[in-house]
Amino acid sequence: MRAFIVGCGRVGAGLAEQLANAGHEVTIVDARTEAFDRLPEDFSGRAVRGDGTDEDVLRRAGAEGADLFLALTEGDNRNVLAAQMAAESLGATRSVAKINDPVRAEAYAAMGIATICRTSLLVDALAVFAGLPSGATIGGVRAPTGHHPGGGHDRPGSRAATLASTEGASPPVTALATNAPTGPSASPSAGLPAREG
Amino acid sequence: MYVIVVGGGKVGYYLTKELLAAGHELVLLEKDGRRARQIADEVGSIVLQRDGCEGKHLAEAGANRAAIVAAVTGDDEDNLVVCQMAKHHFDVPRTIARVNNPRNESLFRHLGVDEIISPTRMALAAIEQDIPVHELLHLAQLQSGDLELLEAQIGDDSPAVGRRPGDIILPDGCSLFALIRDDNAVAIKPDTSFQAGDKVLAIARSDAESELHRALIGATPQGSTA
Repeated sequence: MRAFIVGCGRVGAGLAEQLANAGHEVTIVDARTEAFDRLPEDFSGRAVRGDGTDEDVLRRAGAEGADLFLALTEGDNRNVLAAQMAAESLGATRSVAKINDPVRAEAYAAMGIATICRTSLLVDALAVFAGLPSGATIGGVRAPTGHHPGGGHDRPGSRAATLASTEGASPPVTALATNAPTGPSASPSAGLPAREG
Repeated sequence: MYVIVVGGGKVGYYLTKELLAAGHELVLLEKDGRRARQIADEVGSIVLQRDGCEGKHLAEAGANRAAIVAAVTGDDEDNLVVCQMAKHHFDVPRTIARVNNPRNESLFRHLGVDEIISPTRMALAAIEQDIPVHELLHLAQLQSGDLELLEAQIGDDSPAVGRRPGDIILPDGCSLFALIRDDNAVAIKPDTSFQAGDKVLAIARSDAESELHRALIGATPQGSTA
């Protein structure tokens, strides 16, 4: 598998190491060279310095057609931009954005982007530790519950658009985890006030 | 018309002032407290110290009755998120994003942003107006600099338009060998007729450049040293 990671923080570096050790082809991008200090010395993947929200940088680093694209920077909105760029412009097969704001994570899942939310993960884990039943909040990667806004449009050169148009109902971005909850809390508008009138 | 402006930088500030002067109802969202107070001192209580990327803040600002949401912060990613939240959760009819990286323009449109404002693109267009468009481009030096590989862009007013290679008097030692038309490379044959928009690839002696320029492009533009 060809995996592409934006953001070499603790999560990005840790995952890059695991994927590389498992024999996958890994590229990790970060704007700061120092961030790569988190990678092990014998890291077998590629580390590329650059802005992970710049399409030119991502293309040069080889993000096009990645099997897995993970946007894991500290900025929720940067991750949203990078993940959508990967899905829509770079033809990544699976793309996930880390969004630490639970409301935005929910909103983008409803818009067709797979998301993972650190806040929800921690709340869920600690709630279980405190004795509450598991699953009160959303734990793993949130599967897209809606269509990606660009998914149904035709955009020349976009593999995601092609997939969406040839596969009909399936969104261009698919979830990593199959255990994403489908309960009422995953409904598109949960947590957000509905438009009146 | 009710407008929500997100981002109180210079663009957001002057936009707010102009819209108010034009009699529009509006709210400005600026997440930095100091900057928000500073603008409020100037324009009054229509400034909310809020992050426009957050759904609940957009809701507080009345996004569900806004005709337009204009995201004009300095960060493309923030402007995208504001517009997407406005569009998909509040059904705002018209979303406008400031985009700094021109490469983001088509992606943002594709993702549902209605209107793109690109300062970079505007500056670029203004600058390009001042650069002679029809120029000889130096592609490579051959034979240790005696010969050059050049590209000549044929303009509407070029003397070569509608003519064939045999009709054009070229400087000695100059050869036209291919042209690029509609993104395709085409060999130049005796019956090739040059068109405006063609990019003609030529090899010429370095000292014959201005003669080639006159033959293919026309008189050397004023102020150009080519």
